[in-house]
Amino acid sequence: MSYREQYEMVCGVETHVEMATKTKIFCGCSTEFGQGQNTQVCPGCLGLPGTLPVLNREAVNLAIKAGLALNCKIAEFTKFDRKNYFYPDLSKNYQTSQFDRPICENGWLEINVAGEKKRIGITRAHMEEDAGKLVHSGETITTSNSSGVDYNRAGMPLLEIVSEPDMRTVDEVVAYLEGLIQVMEYAGISDCKLEQGSVRFDINVSLRKRGSKEFGTRTETKNLNSFSSVRRCLEYEIERQAELLESGEEVIQETRTWDEGKGVTLSLRSKEDAPDYRYFPEPNLPPILIDKEWVEKIKATMPELPMAKRERLESLGLSEYDAVVLTATKAMGDYFDQALEKFDDAKTLANWMMGDLSALLKTNLCSFADSPVAPQQLATLLTLIQKGNISGKIAKTVLEEIYNTGKNPEIIIKEKGLAQISDECQLEKIVLEVISSNPKSVSDYQAGKKNAIGFLVGQVMKATKGQANPGLVNKLLKERLSKE
Amino acid sequence: MKTINKSLDGLHSMLVNKEISCTELTKAFIKQMHCCEPRIQAFLATSEDTALMRAAEVDKKIANNESIGPLEGLPAGLKDNICMQGIPTTCGSHMLESFISLYDATVTKRLKDAGAIVLGKLNLDEFAMGSTTESSAFHPTYNPWDLERVPGGSSGGSAAAVSACEVAYSLGSDTGGSIRQPASFCGVVGLKPTYGRVSRYGVVAVASSLDQVGILSKTVRDNAQVLNAIAGYDPQDSTSITANIPDYTQFLENNVKGLKIGVPKEFFSQELTTDKAEVINKALETLEQLGAEIEECSLPHMKYAMAAYYIIAMAEASSELACFDGVRYGHRAEANDMIEMFKNTRAEGFGQEVKRRIMLGTYVLSSGHYEDYYLKAQKVRTLIKEDFNQVFSKYDALLGPTNPQTAPKIGESSDPLAVYLEDIFTIPANLAGLPALSIPAGFVQGLPFGMQLIGKHFDEGLLYRIAYTFEQNTDHHHQVPVLLREVN
Repeated sequence: MSYREQYEMVCGVETHVEMATKTKIFCGCSTEFGQGQNTQVCPGCLGLPGTLPVLNREAVNLAIKAGLALNCKIAEFTKFDRKNYFYPDLSKNYQTSQFDRPICENGWLEINVAGEKKRIGITRAHMEEDAGKLVHSGETITTSNSSGVDYNRAGMPLLEIVSEPDMRTVDEVVAYLEGLIQVMEYAGISDCKLEQGSVRFDINVSLRKRGSKEFGTRTETKNLNSFSSVRRCLEYEIERQAELLESGEEVIQETRTWDEGKGVTLSLRSKEDAPDYRYFPEPNLPPILIDKEWVEKIKATMPELPMAKRERLESLGLSEYDAVVLTATKAMGDYFDQALEKFDDAKTLANWMMGDLSALLKTNLCSFADSPVAPQQLATLLTLIQKGNISGKIAKTVLEEIYNTGKNPEIIIKEKGLAQISDECQLEKIVLEVISSNPKSVSDYQAGKKNAIGFLVGQVMKATKGQANPGLVNKLLKERLSKE
Repeated sequence: MKTINKSLDGLHSMLVNKEISCTELTKAFIKQMHCCEPRIQAFLATSEDTALMRAAEVDKKIANNESIGPLEGLPAGLKDNICMQGIPTTCGSHMLESFISLYDATVTKRLKDAGAIVLGKLNLDEFAMGSTTESSAFHPTYNPWDLERVPGGSSGGSAAAVSACEVAYSLGSDTGGSIRQPASFCGVVGLKPTYGRVSRYGVVAVASSLDQVGILSKTVRDNAQVLNAIAGYDPQDSTSITANIPDYTQFLENNVKGLKIGVPKEFFSQELTTDKAEVINKALETLEQLGAEIEECSLPHMKYAMAAYYIIAMAEASSELACFDGVRYGHRAEANDMIEMFKNTRAEGFGQEVKRRIMLGTYVLSSGHYEDYYLKAQKVRTLIKEDFNQVFSKYDALLGPTNPQTAPKIGESSDPLAVYLEDIFTIPANLAGLPALSIPAGFVQGLPFGMQLIGKHFDEGLLYRIAYTFEQNTDHHHQVPVLLREVN
């Protein structure tokens, strides 16, 4: 493997993001996922003769928003073009896309790999329609006798975001993809449900000798849909290309496909076989002129993006690590902010969210988006600790109880009698009992072993099932022990 | 014959005055259709039963003394590339022989809403590609003026059916002259409206940047009345224009005094023989006598128009027709695999002219040729638009022959390039998106010959006014084809 050290990877990614519009990009069909085959179709997206596209303005709004979130220049003039090729999932045998005048250009996204910050260039982002989906009678296309086409997905609005070949390590690529999806999710461009195929990646990768200025020959692996596939695919491709180069062979410029089961990339077609898409302007859609006013209107609706949010969390005294974890998903970030409105100790809140609540959600295969513990409930719980109504230990039990029953913390505490005991008279009795039944620890303490008090506190807590106010117990014990 | 040969106004007042019932009127047209069709063959499909059902509904309204609109109860025909729910839309191609549209084109819907009675679908060159209607996959259509001759094309069925009084009027489509040239050959009025004036939704596209739906009618007034019904913004066609639609009949005044009419000298090139030039010159004299100012002008880039047009039209056609692959509808060939299925379907489904245009269109868009052909053609298109802007700063309208020839005999047009040349005078208006109207200008050896008026964008009204004035002061439109004299 050592020869791998000689090579540097160069990677750029094309990301297809399904934009979260209610209807398709060129017709009024619903974009709802998981409906019966060919139930979300109309003459338009089926490519029936005589139909014409009508642009969904919301798709343009989202594309502008995505461009702004990625620091792109928004085109004042943009247009659609036809990309011509024959495939049954393409109902008109051309895809309405954007060729030479994309809506967004020249942006960047900042990534952070192990504390190193880096800007990855965004070459362009353009709008296009998705194709339908082939449904094979067998397991795969090659083992099937027949295939059908489900056109529900045909005409779904996509944004294709093309990065510069700026990434040099697999970690950078994954950080870029995570960052990109985070931004898309935060800005409300897409629901980014990878498992539903609403984001897909094409990975362009080449190797070059370290120190070399020129790029090597690249391959493009199409249609990956998870970070782990991207990581495995890249590692495989780097290894494969390195072996070729080491043995004096050439990397062929080609399109490859990722076989998830076997964990390998396979050649799909070479550059020579690449289709000539014969792009030309779509005559049925007038060009779109985007004035400043339109852009400003979209800008005004832009929510706080992950980078700004991380900076804000750090300004609240959280560590960079905490800020990164809390902003990883929009749901977690929103949860934090909602809880923070009712409970202002950011650090404690962060600890509870990242610790106990995360663990609880994880065990139950749940996420912050659908957490049964509402942010307000967590805030109340933490406030109760802060006020000394319950101990931290009891709070963990209460949290689980909220999770299971949905009841508010005060009610759980009342019903289960979990409130902290801060009544001195009540505690005095127990303290005296503990002192009299633990003479060894008492004498140790009085002999100067101040640590021995910990054991005695523990005994009081045990006797009160953890409900005693630990500070008060400490104070009472010290008073008693110095008297004796 | 006396009944059905009337203008739309004439037919309308007969209905309103209860001189004839709508059912009787419809039956009279159906009878005429049955009489003519064996020799004209303008129809590809008829919808007699639905027509009579609709006629009965109109009769009920009339019996109840409800008012009816100007087109209500009057029979119309649709070129068979205009979708109408429930009956075939074949585009004159084997590819769509079995295809029935799931929806109505906007123009179909608007005609239905206006109470029109659609008698059927009319023949055309396959996918509107041609100028003779001979490339229809099913049968040719014959010119009512001379049954040995073509009616022109591609809206040949639409022109012949109006000329033979099988329908009161018809809709056609015009990509490079496909309404105006057959109107000229069949002695009827044909309007290609401004691009964007009439919705193209539901009209099978062959070249979306050039296609426009229009009207073939017996008189100018009829034409204006139908335009009133079909024109206007359609949210389903993003290239349709939101501007308000005037009542086009208000422009029909018998007066051209002071109007400046330019006559592009390029329209009198060697393609136009002397006898035909004479017809046009006589028409110009008539208009001049009526007070119009006639002046020669020039469209200097017109000589490049034909080449540019065919490059753009074929490029777009190659893409528009890609959807016919046998996967979802239409013809599907037997094959062993997917690619073979695509190939066989298209090889069997399309005729020669369609294949020629798909291949040429694919070529001009291919990488390495795009700049030399498609892009250059688009630049020429811009220059031609500028030519028109120039002349329209001086003139109210342009006038010239609709086309260089009168109708050729069936089978005479075998050289595709010669056929393409037939569109030389009609193409510029499509490239520039301008409205253009063909009206009967006279006769050459007993065959009708049309003159063409080209106007500024959205100036259909003025074209109607000039044409109406000409019509009122000449009697060409009163001439009746030989066939009609025979059948009645």
